[in-house]
Amino acid sequence: MEICRRRNQIEVSELDPFLAELLRQIPASANPEGAPAAEERIFSSPTNGTEAEFRAEWKTYVEPELRRLFQTATQTVAADLEQLNGNEKSLANRTLRIPTKPAAAWLSALNQARLVIAAKNDFTETELNDHLHSPIGSRRDLSLFQVNFYGFLQEFILREMEY
Amino acid sequence: MRGMRPGSQIFLELFRPPIGEEWPEILRSAQDDNFVTRRSRLESGAFPRFELRATYVSIFPMNAEPLCAEVVGSLIAEIVLPRSAAPSTVGAPTIEEETRAEEALDLPWYVVVHNDPVNLMSYVTMVFQRVFGYPRDKAEKHMLEVHHRGRSILWSGMREPAELYVQQLHSYLLLATLEKPS
Repeated sequence: MEICRRRNQIEVSELDPFLAELLRQIPASANPEGAPAAEERIFSSPTNGTEAEFRAEWKTYVEPELRRLFQTATQTVAADLEQLNGNEKSLANRTLRIPTKPAAAWLSALNQARLVIAAKNDFTETELNDHLHSPIGSRRDLSLFQVNFYGFLQEFILREMEY
Repeated sequence: MRGMRPGSQIFLELFRPPIGEEWPEILRSAQDDNFVTRRSRLESGAFPRFELRATYVSIFPMNAEPLCAEVVGSLIAEIVLPRSAAPSTVGAPTIEEETRAEEALDLPWYVVVHNDPVNLMSYVTMVFQRVFGYPRDKAEKHMLEVHHRGRSILWSGMREPAELYVQQLHSYLLLATLEKPS
């Protein structure tokens, strides 16, 4: 896999089917539904336990707004990922082009996916910092790899977008 | 300027000279200037609007009062003072204590960001720059404080903007809380 910036887009080329599939998994991975730990992390409390009234108002007015915002980001990413649609054979050496304009949506969707996966698997800080962990021998290992792969993409987008 | 005339007319009535006497010169000129002549001039369109002149304002304390105090007293009693058969029910005035809005007395609220092992350091720095407009150095300092100490106070001040900051930080998926100093 190669990643570079070409004018107004980020180009992820020479994608093998495995990494292409991981990219296609971003929108689904970002969805916290059905996992209370992930829901709790994505929609965390705005106070440190006090201010019950404020928390109730937050749940009523702010949370739906945040939910919409996160959904919009994943929908944008899903639309970009349509470039990778096709059978497994056609995914070999595919190229994904991400326009720089919706890069903020990509940052958000990647972050959501990483947080949701980490919350679902209850990864510890030590596990998350073990970047040399290999090989992938379990579903948990795969999820950890996914978190790190998405993190790598996030870093690249951040650097290229000069945030 | 509308509304000056009725008050002025009352004023001149108060200083009407006793029967058989003539108006003092200064009142005559005031009357003439302010009402009679001026009204006729206004009606004839000679002046676009009525204006109160300084001489009219200044004669009350200096010249007119000693001339007809009895007339003044009777007219004031008749025109101005309200009369009532019932005993006064007005009690002593209640002095209300001034109260300030809660926010004016509030201690500043803190916007606190908590450590999160998943969020990337570069991402957190970027969010601080975008949300608070901090320069990179300051944003990095706060990011490192979050990383090493577990939390950092990013901003303090009035509650309303603090709530908005917390909301913005949540939209970037950071663990942020609104806190009041204990």
